Amino acid sequence: MLRVDVEKQLGEFSLEASFSSQGRVTGLFGASGAGKTSLINMIAGLLRPDRGTIVIDGETVDDTAAGIHVPTWRRRIGYVFQDARLFPHLDVAQNLDYGRRMNRLASDPAQHTRVVELLDIGALLDRRPGKLSGGERQRVALGRALLSKPRLLLLDEPLGALDEARKLEILPYLVRLRDEANVPMVYVSHDVAELRQLATQIVMLRQGRVTSFGGVKVLT
Amino acid sequence: MLDISPAEWTAILLSLRVAIIATLVATPFGIALAWLLARKDFWGKSVLDAFVHLPLVLPPVVTGYLLLLTFGRRGLVGGFLADHLGIVFAFRWTGAALACGVMSFPLLVRPMRLSIEAIDRRLEQAAETLGAAPFKVFFTVTLPLALPGVLAGMVLGFAKAIGEFGATITFVSNIPGETQTISSAIYSLIQTPDGDAAAGRLVIVSIVLALGALIVAEWFARRATQRLHGN
Repeated sequence: MLRVDVEKQLGEFSLEASFSSQGRVTGLFGASGAGKTSLINMIAGLLRPDRGTIVIDGETVDDTAAGIHVPTWRRRIGYVFQDARLFPHLDVAQNLDYGRRMNRLASDPAQHTRVVELLDIGALLDRRPGKLSGGERQRVALGRALLSKPRLLLLDEPLGALDEARKLEILPYLVRLRDEANVPMVYVSHDVAELRQLATQIVMLRQGRVTSFGGVKVLT
Repeated sequence: MLDISPAEWTAILLSLRVAIIATLVATPFGIALAWLLARKDFWGKSVLDAFVHLPLVLPPVVTGYLLLLTFGRRGLVGGFLADHLGIVFAFRWTGAALACGVMSFPLLVRPMRLSIEAIDRRLEQAAETLGAAPFKVFFTVTLPLALPGVLAGMVLGFAKAIGEFGATITFVSNIPGETQTISSAIYSLIQTPDGDAAAGRLVIVSIVLALGALIVAEWFARRATQRLHGN
């Protein structure tokens, strides 16, 4: 479960958003500049709200009134960026293992195998990120985030940098992820079709305000 | 081939030892300072930056004299270190290493700082979202990505340290076997009537060492860059 009630002033732009979501995939929908990325960065802890609270899975990670701000690295979230951001000095296997090492989790070969199979990245394990296509990179980034065993997976336009064909290549993996991985997700996109396929709930943002909230129907 | 005499070997080996120790000790400080200058904004940053670059623009004899005043037996720091920790710099090879370290520090820090500034900070953010605490981000992402610059800085610092002359001779004098490096040996030899041949040999050694360092630096930088670009 995710509960967000925040305000943030960013230069001329003011963001004020409040919603609470139980859905497996919460879609943050809006045009570019609507504040989607700022909002997801606040959930991740990369951006600090001026006022408000954020609760992930029952834990208050931000509460400005109480002076609470849990740093990103302790939030146990996964974040898939539009530009993948794989570590260029590590190969794919080491990238995948990074979150587990940083969180000092015991190795979990069963989960590793499951994620590698789910995302079909077994053949890439000893390659370097520089040798991967855009779609492959994004799949590895998904796997890397999942293997850190997050309680919430944030995806910021993960298909945004890919062409139409690549998008269609990745989308089925995201659907499988939603149905099989059992991690709630927040999915940022400005693409209605994408969200229709993936989201179970929609938060619609416009110029820093939530204009509607509800099922996928609000997208029409 | 070069017929290098035992005395010349002593100077060469001493130079290598002084430059290696100076570089190894200066490196952690260099990395810390490079990170500070690249990433943090604080009061007095430009003063600190200028201070670090001072040995580059001051006459070396001035730097050496200041070192003597500070780290000499009767100096503020030198006296304390000698009395309490038994570390003596004055007229010892350790003092030569200190002088070389100080003189080469600006050259050592600069490439490190540039490479830290060039790192895509979004990668560090990604590491944080994966659960890495700030110091782990530094050691698993920042430092490996800055490695070409760190190595380049070390080699450049080493090359400068091995040729340092002015500050070293001012601070620790020119004692064969203790503080007489290649540079001060050459200086002594060219002031002796029949020292030309020996000086010439040491000059060739200097050139070989300097060229070698540059080639090694280039090789390291290229390898590390390839590694970072994911090939």
